[in-house]
Amino acid sequence: MRLAFARRRPGRRPIKDQVVEARQFSARALTAFLIVSAALLLLVARFVYLQVIAHEDFVTRSVNNQVKVLPVPPNRGLVYDRRGRPIAENRPAYRLEIVPEKIDDLEQLIGELGRMVELPEDALERFQRARRQHRVFDSVPLKFNLSEEEVARFAVDRHRFNGVEVVPYLARYYPYGELLTHVLGYVGRIDEDDLDRLNRAGRAGDYRGTTHVGKLGIERFYENALHGASGLERVETNAQGRTLKVLERQDPRHGTDLVLSLDVAVQQAAWDALGDRPGAVVALDPNDGSVIAMVSKPAYDPNLFVHGIGSADYAAILAAPGRPLFNRALTGGYEPGSTIKPFIGLAGLELGVINDSDEVFSGGEFYLPNVSRPYRDWKRGGHGSVNIYEALEESVNSFFYQLALDLGIDRMHDYLAQFGFGAATGIDLLGESEGVLPSRAWKRANFGEPWYPGETVIAGIGQGFNVTTPLQLANGLATLANDGRRFEPRLLFASKEPGDAQASRNLSPLMAQMPVNDPAHWDTVREGMRRVVYGLRGTARAIAPESGWVIAGKSGTAQVAAQALDEDMDEDTAAHLRHHALFIAYAPFEAPAITVAAVVEHGGGGSAEAAPVARAVIDAWRAQEVRR
Amino acid sequence: MKRLLPAWVKWPQLDLPLLVGLFLLMGLGLVVLYSASGGDIGVVHRQAVRLGVGMVALLVLSQVPPHILRIWTPWLYGIGVLLLLATWFFGTGRATNRWLDLGLIRFQPSEIMKLGVPMMVAWYLHPRRLPPDFLTVLGSVAILAVPAVLIARQPDLGTALLVAISGVFALFLSGLQWRVIFGLAAAAVAAAPALWMVMKEYQRQRVLTFLDPESDPLGSGWNIIQSKIAVGSGGLFGKGWLNGTQSRLEFIPERHTDFILAVLSEEFGLAGVLFLFAIYLFIVGRCLYIAALARSTFARLLAGSLGLTFFVYVLVNAGMISGLLPVVGVPLPLVSYGGTSIVTLLAGFGILMSIYGHRNFIR
Repeated sequence: MRLAFARRRPGRRPIKDQVVEARQFSARALTAFLIVSAALLLLVARFVYLQVIAHEDFVTRSVNNQVKVLPVPPNRGLVYDRRGRPIAENRPAYRLEIVPEKIDDLEQLIGELGRMVELPEDALERFQRARRQHRVFDSVPLKFNLSEEEVARFAVDRHRFNGVEVVPYLARYYPYGELLTHVLGYVGRIDEDDLDRLNRAGRAGDYRGTTHVGKLGIERFYENALHGASGLERVETNAQGRTLKVLERQDPRHGTDLVLSLDVAVQQAAWDALGDRPGAVVALDPNDGSVIAMVSKPAYDPNLFVHGIGSADYAAILAAPGRPLFNRALTGGYEPGSTIKPFIGLAGLELGVINDSDEVFSGGEFYLPNVSRPYRDWKRGGHGSVNIYEALEESVNSFFYQLALDLGIDRMHDYLAQFGFGAATGIDLLGESEGVLPSRAWKRANFGEPWYPGETVIAGIGQGFNVTTPLQLANGLATLANDGRRFEPRLLFASKEPGDAQASRNLSPLMAQMPVNDPAHWDTVREGMRRVVYGLRGTARAIAPESGWVIAGKSGTAQVAAQALDEDMDEDTAAHLRHHALFIAYAPFEAPAITVAAVVEHGGGGSAEAAPVARAVIDAWRAQEVRR
Repeated sequence: MKRLLPAWVKWPQLDLPLLVGLFLLMGLGLVVLYSASGGDIGVVHRQAVRLGVGMVALLVLSQVPPHILRIWTPWLYGIGVLLLLATWFFGTGRATNRWLDLGLIRFQPSEIMKLGVPMMVAWYLHPRRLPPDFLTVLGSVAILAVPAVLIARQPDLGTALLVAISGVFALFLSGLQWRVIFGLAAAAVAAAPALWMVMKEYQRQRVLTFLDPESDPLGSGWNIIQSKIAVGSGGLFGKGWLNGTQSRLEFIPERHTDFILAVLSEEFGLAGVLFLFAIYLFIVGRCLYIAALARSTFARLLAGSLGLTFFVYVLVNAGMISGLLPVVGVPLPLVSYGGTSIVTLLAGFGILMSIYGHRNFIR
């Protein structure tokens, strides 16, 4: 059967010698086996090299491969108001991160992600900028604050996106929005300037893994305390960089919680009292220099800046009337007008230029010798003969024209400087304006001109070169109300380190104790201010409270030079609207607990427009204090 | 017992040592595969099923006498060439035209040629006087070159070279004169620049990466670097089964297919590698021994060529994962996870079993 398969050998070919061929084959097979063995030996040599000789090196590389050091960002400290209301919180949120080194075509990827996640137009550009600041193989955030829907949508398609991660984090949130912007400021994404600053301060290491930094306000001023320092985690990761196991952990130092001296209720009262008008309110506790309220209006929502403000939103803020970015309370320079009068009156008494019974006749117009130009009283026909009480109550210009002339500009300057005018108060915020408290030296330095007597006259009613900020006015008044004790105003009321059970109180530094020649002089001025509210002819008698604390105050009207007008004021605007209304007040009269400076821009007369704002703030504070 | 089967069915006469070698290899492969797949028993199951299918092919072919195989050879070769031409026109596959979709099954015609080429060369040399004269060598080269070129055009350079080399081995074993061998080798070296010219961009990239893997550590160099780290960190006795960090943490690419030797090296160290190499060397030696026993030229040349080609897989794969050779898609035979190549390989061993089983018949 099997032999049937045998085939005839082709006859034309030479006869094969099977025996010779078999021997030949065996020789070749042996040769092949030797070659195979030699090749295998070569391979073995290679494996010996890798696994024995270079073993240590590869072990190191294998360990480096799997173990990664990851930063653990600290939780930013929370911020509370004086009553414990949270005013800056951390909320759980998600951000989208990319490891650029793992992506082949970034543009295409961002295009695809854009279909699932709403990305701002300039996402790619911003991402590229952020990327330059990152180390290789660190992830770079593409979008912050993903919506729940976006997180869910990405989760479904996640396997398609190697190198893209949704990362949970704590996002800063300001529950009171624009109400506290000008105090709290906000945090924003770390940019190159911030990095430079951190590097110079040697703090870059504390910021590993941190994406946000305080940009403005309290968030900026207390950045170091609020931020804390990043910890580290040695983790085992797979080739995709996913963490599998935490091997070692150095905990981050979480940020310090801060308690601000602000009272949100008082802040809200001030905000509401200003209404639609641009303006500023600063309220201080004269007993310790703590800031109770600090409002600048209009403002803007700080939450917009936390996740990177879009160009449209930013343009809207820039275009909004009243310049919302401008912090009037801290940097707004206003002519103090008549609110300066109590301080000048006290200067006259303390320096012995007048006493409390000296009278000046007010006839409606005041003349310098040999000068024809009249300096007017606000009341046509004048106030008649007035002493300092009446001069304050009725805000008699002529009295202070005369007093200013008698004091002279330099004595006036030196005395008022003790209340902090013309210098930064030293509050715990950056960018404070110094204002201007003029003197001969100042004018020569700034204008190269001599001082003219007429300038002394108007300086007596707070006009001319005088510029003050609402903060300076409030602090100056606090010094007056507090018998010459002047504090550096402080927003930081207390702080609580992580792990501490209780917050520790932060005390405002006492700046200076003014010399008091005769306490009666101080009482005189303060009595004059009480009469502003309670006197028969008091300029602010309209706000006299029926019940509650006795208020002492002083109104003022700042004239706005034509060139200083806002763009939105045109030539036809009624003259009285070109003036800013000012009012300073403290209460209660017997034991001052709050001093307020209120400015209502384009508000006209101080007593009519700004005094009710100050009253509202005082009432709000009293309500809080009484409830306590 | 024997009565249960018809009288003409002979109980398979298998070469026990070769069979033991194969089972050792497959068993070791499954153990490593379990670790390489991250403890996925499903992968191990599927591989075991494939090995089973391959064993069936082995058993079936072991029953076909070599002279019957010889009669089939031109048909197998012819069909293989036709299918390769078909892939040219109807091929499927992501970037390449390697696969032929026959509705029920998709397969690579190049797999057929892994057996078809050595068989055809052996068939061609069988009736001729050996050592081959010049014309015979030319004919043999033509036989191996046609499918090799077709496969290279798919493009699948690795398989093309393996297919070609299986034919070359048959020629070598037929007693090709050494001067011709050296002459051809010199010609191959001289042709290398020409080969560079016809290479596809990705193929050139692989060669460049091989020459300097650190030039692109995250891109094409990644495979080589991570594989070498896996091997090197394994040391003498390895990190232990299931404990290879490079594989468990997914740093090794293709770790259950082409790079499975890296997993073995990492977890079982040099000891494991030497054990594996010993099995391979034993199998190749046994193949050559069986070839020497064979009584017909066809069987001798075929058996020797299959054994040597099998070893080339090992050489290329091990060279690749240890950074001696560029990355080419060559699996570690009978250990790497993968479909058709396992069946083809075991079918090849079926032929060897047949040659062993029929060693006592002339032709």
